[in-house]
Parts: sequence; C-alpha cells; structure tokens
Amino acid sequence: MAAQTRPKRPIRWHIGVFLAPAVLVYTAIMILPLAGTLQLSLFRNIEQHQVFVGFDNFRTLFGDPNWSVNFWNALRNNVWFFIIHMLVQNPIGVLLAALLSSPRLRFAAFYRTAIFVPTILSFVIVGFAWKLILSPIWGVAPHLLDFVGLKSLFTPWLGKEQYALTALSLVSVWQFIGIPMMLIYAALLSIPDEVIEAAECDGVTGMAQFWKIKLPLILPSIGIISILTFVGNFNAFDLIYTAQGALAGPNYSTDILGTFLYRAFFGFQLQVGDPNMGAAIATMMFLIILAGVCVYLFLVQTRLRRYQF
Amino acid sequence: MTTKLLTALLLGTSILGTTGMALAEDVTLNIESWRGDDLTIWKDKLIPAFEAKNPGIKVVFAPSAPTEYDAALGAKLSAGSAGDLITCRPFDKSLELFKKGNLADLSTLPGMENFSPVAKAAWQTDDGKSSFCVPMASVIHGFIYNKDAFDKLGLKVPTTNEEFYAVLDKIKADGTYIPMAMGTKDLWEAATMGYQNIGPNYWKGEEGRQALIKGEQKLTDADWVEPYRELAKWKPYLGDGFEAQTYPDSQNLFTLGRAAIYPAGSWEIGLFNTQAQFKMGAFPPPVQKAGDTCYISDHTDIGMGLNAASKHPEEAKKFLAWVASPDFATIYANALPGFFSLNSTPVKMEDPLAQEFVSWRGKCKSTIRSTYQILSRGTPNLENETWVESANVINGTDTPEAAAKKLQDGLDSWYKPAK
Repeated sequence: MAAQTRPKRPIRWHIGVFLAPAVLVYTAIMILPLAGTLQLSLFRNIEQHQVFVGFDNFRTLFGDPNWSVNFWNALRNNVWFFIIHMLVQNPIGVLLAALLSSPRLRFAAFYRTAIFVPTILSFVIVGFAWKLILSPIWGVAPHLLDFVGLKSLFTPWLGKEQYALTALSLVSVWQFIGIPMMLIYAALLSIPDEVIEAAECDGVTGMAQFWKIKLPLILPSIGIISILTFVGNFNAFDLIYTAQGALAGPNYSTDILGTFLYRAFFGFQLQVGDPNMGAAIATMMFLIILAGVCVYLFLVQTRLRRYQF
Repeated sequence: MTTKLLTALLLGTSILGTTGMALAEDVTLNIESWRGDDLTIWKDKLIPAFEAKNPGIKVVFAPSAPTEYDAALGAKLSAGSAGDLITCRPFDKSLELFKKGNLADLSTLPGMENFSPVAKAAWQTDDGKSSFCVPMASVIHGFIYNKDAFDKLGLKVPTTNEEFYAVLDKIKADGTYIPMAMGTKDLWEAATMGYQNIGPNYWKGEEGRQALIKGEQKLTDADWVEPYRELAKWKPYLGDGFEAQTYPDSQNLFTLGRAAIYPAGSWEIGLFNTQAQFKMGAFPPPVQKAGDTCYISDHTDIGMGLNAASKHPEEAKKFLAWVASPDFATIYANALPGFFSLNSTPVKMEDPLAQEFVSWRGKCKSTIRSTYQILSRGTPNLENETWVESANVINGTDTPEAAAKKLQDGLDSWYKPAK
C-alpha cells in the first residue's frame, strides 16, 4: 500500500543554497540600508533621543516653506536635468550607434572606444576638467570661440543662474553618451540579417530602412536606456557636487535632489546635519524613482514586447 | 621542572621590568586636531618648547583630515579613545561637545585672563559663564594689494569709501590690472571676503552683532543692508566672467600679478608670500567718512580644550595654561603668519604683512563674523544663506534690500531672541 503512494518530492535544497549568497549579499547591502532609511525618516532627534514621530518629517518637508521651496526647486531642476538627457543624450546615442554600425565606416573601433572613454572617467576629473575648460580666465572655451569669431557668445556659463544647470546637464551628457551608444549598437548588431535582406528585397533601403525596420526593433533597448537614464538622473549628485559645491550655486539653480539630500543629511559648513530629514528626502527620491520605474514596467514595456520576435 | 621555573622567573622579571618602566615613564598627552598642515610646526617648534620647560610630560600631536575631524572625534569621544587635548572648532560644534560633557570647564584655568571677552566668546556657553577652550588663533579680514601696481599707477592706500572707489576707478581706467580679484562661483568668497569683511564698519562691530542676537536690530535695518549696497557696487571692478571665477582662480589672479586688490582673510599671507613675485601691502576695510571709527572682523577660528575623560587632567591643564601664555602665542603666530594669537599681550611678529594686519587691532575695534554665534543654529542656516545672497547681490540677481529681506525672513522663521 505504502509503496503505491506517490513518492514524496524531495526538498530541493539546492535552490536555497544557490540563491543564498546573492540573497544574503543583496539583503545586507541593499535591502537593510533601504529599510533603515525608511525607518530613520519616521523618527526625529529630540534631546539626543530618537523619537518616533510618524510622518512629521514629511509634513515638514512639504508644509514648511523653508524645506518645501528647496524641495520643489530641486525636483524641478532634476526634471530639467532628465529632459536634457532624454532630448540630447539618447537621440545622439542612437545616431552614433547607427553611424558606427554602418559597414562602410572606417576606424569604427577607435571611435567607439574614444566616445566611451569619458564614461569610465571619475566624476571628479570630469567636473574639474570642464570647470577649467569653461573657465572665463584660463579656459580654452573662450579662445576656441574667439578663433571662429564668436567670442561674443561666451558667458561664464557655470556662474549664471539661467545657464548653469543646462551646461552641467550637457557635461553629463558628454560623459555618459557612451552608454546608450553601446547598448543601441549591440541591439543593431543583433538584428538578424534575414530581416534586413527581406527589407532590401522589398526595396526598403537607406533611411527608410532605419526608420521602418531597425528603429522598431531597437525600441526595447531605447526603453531600457530611458529607464536607466531616469534612475541615474534622479540619483545624480557627484557632478553637481564636484563642479558647483554642496550649495549648488548660483542661487540654488543647480540644486538637484542628490545635493539637497546631501546638505540635509550631512550638513554643510555651519548647517548641522539632520539625518532624519535627510532620510525623509531620500525616501521621496526612492518613491519618485519607484513610480517612474513602475510606469515604465507596466505601461511601456508591456507594449514594447509586441515588437519582439 | 627547571624550564618551568625558568619561564616563571623570566615572566616575572619581564612583568616587573615593564611595571618599573611604566612608573618611570613620562605622562603622554595626545592632541586631537584637524590642522594636519601644522604637524611640523607642532613637532619641531611648539612641543619641544613645552617639553623643555615641563620634564616628565610628553606631548603627541595626532591630526586627522579636516573633513573627517568632527565625525572621527565624536566617535572617539564616545568610545573613550580620544586624546587628552582637543582642538576646538568655534561656536556650536564645541558647545555641543561641552554640553554632552566631553569637554571640561576651563573657566578657572590660569591664563584665561589673558584673553578678551570677544576672544573667549567662541568657546563659551550662551550666558558667557563657563569657558571650555583656550582661544588659540584668529583670522583678520582686510584687503591685500599689489604694492608694485599701486606705485606704478601712483595710487595711495584708500582709507575711506570715496578713496576706495577712486582707486578702483583709476585701476580700471588704466586697464593693466583687474581692479579686484574676487569671484562669486564658490559663494563663500562673496560672503566672507565681501560682506563679513566690510560689514562691521556699518553695523559697528560687536554693538550691531550683539543687537542682532538680542533681536534689537534686524538684517533689514539700514546698517545691515548698507554693506550689500556697497557689494553691489563692486561688480564692475571684478574680472571678466567673475560669476564663474572660483576661489583658487581669485588667488591665482592676484599672485600672478593680474589683479591689483584682493579682498582677503589673513590666512592667505603664508601662501601669498611664497607665490607672489611682487611687494604686497594691506589695508583695513575703508570707513564711510574720514574720522569714523573703524571696525575689523577678527574672527576666532581655533582653540584647544580638555577632554573631560582624560586620564591626566593635571598635566593637560598645565599644557593648556602654556597654550594660554604669551610664549606659545609668539611661537605660533610667527610659525603661521596670518593666524593671529588672541592673547592680549602683543606678540612680536616678523612677517611685515602679518604685522600690518595685526596693527589694526590697535586702532580699530574687533568683532567676529555676525552669523557664527547662535544665529546659524536653525533651518534655513543663516551663514549658508548669507553665502548665497551675497553672491546674488554681486551678480545683480537680487537687490540689496531683497537679499536682506530674504535673510531676515529665514532667520525669523526659527529664531526667537531671548527677551
């Protein structure tokens, strides 16, 4: 009788064992700190003791004009930072990838490397180098413009409220253009030759081929790049900090969420750091990024799938 | 058996030996500091001078990086591993340590009477009753100028505002030099070298600063807006693209001889002496009318306190009393020109530029930066906002009145002066 019952399924230990290292490491260095941050944002330091205050820190962040003005300013700047990347970095990235994948281009490997190199440079180097390039005193930018007779176009971009953020966004674009280029380049190379040949048989060549055949096929990659750009931009901090300092001058015009968080959390000069308010800002950043990623996953990516083979 | 006995004997002698040594060993005091730059001065000049007079006490100067100092010190203090002597940041950071019981009360330390109330203010409780650090040094604001340029253009050192702008106009008309080397990119230059430099002449130094803390004056009062009106006038005299000019840019413009006047803090003296190839002079912030009393910002910057948990408080106090003495002041001020002793006994200094700066103490009244005591405790932080607004005023993006109003509104939102 007993022999006839279905043999008991053995417990599949190996799944747990193989998952364990990744799960443990990820929990220790990602999930726990994240939970810690969320927890910290619900407390406040009153007379040297951490006291639970519910959502009071968020009420301060949005209700107290001393905080909310800075927060909305930082968010607005961050959105502009992102828009510049989407409008400049990604189209140029696609264009460069399309040019690189052209079989008639010579020195393609050289261009590919050269364009990708800034991406692996440290922010400190990029920030410092561009500060020097754009410097009105020692920089090459005024001289180069002088050569072509456009000296009048030069202004101290990094010191002007209306230009500083755009200038820094473009520096960031310059630095990271290699990433969309590489991803799109890889996507273009992976388009099967049969598809291209079939298109050629039907007389779809040149630009039409790019717009009608290749672009739809690389749309999923463009989607991935957009979401990477979004996450990267809303977490950005380094470039602004190295180029403009923690006060993100002039007049907070380059202040983004990262620098705002830094000042609140660690303090700056005479301002004493407030880890609880800092954690509240960090939580907001997390929610903003989460919302953006959700929009992408549930609305955009499900539609993109239809184009796949 | 014999080996065991031998080991026991050896062990015994070694223990006895070490205890014997420890008894004879000197007391060692450790100094916590962020001034890594001063390591050689402490090691070669200050500590030997103290040890020569106080046999039996050894002193070790153990600095950490400036940006890490506060965090590292806090951690060491709570772990009980901090040094006996603690270099004090001015105002709130040290006050907080004192309130936590990390710094000992030094009000009765011999030598404290060598310091004026303004000098001690940076390391006192708000009521001024207890002092917890010995003031070591201050920095003085003023203007450093290129003497060769002034001689070439036949300019005289300005003492009043009128003369100041006349000099700037002449330099500008001549065109060889940028009249004034200052940028607004780093923000703090505009506030520290600008507003806090010329301001005391308008708000009458300590008088205005105390009144502001008491709430009797506001930043929107004429005395506090006037310095901003002056700053707004500086714009045409700054170099091309000053909006993107950083602090090192300004220093280089001046030391390369391309600019004639540099709104300065005395800490520049050491660097400028090694870099500038021309003769330099200095003048205090010009007064409004000839004959007005002049005021200077003589900002207390660095002090030294006693770790309340120190194992050798007596020896440490001996050291602090020496830090409060004129002997220390002489060595320190000469080794670091531009960091002036706060000791009431005048210190003889070799450096002519440093002498010029310190001579103003005799004829002008000293004050400290208006935003440092008490007023920068809340959000928005008055000091940081002053950086931003001072830069805005010079850039012309805010009027002096609008800037003052923003600062006062920010201050009002959290600061309720004691009535």
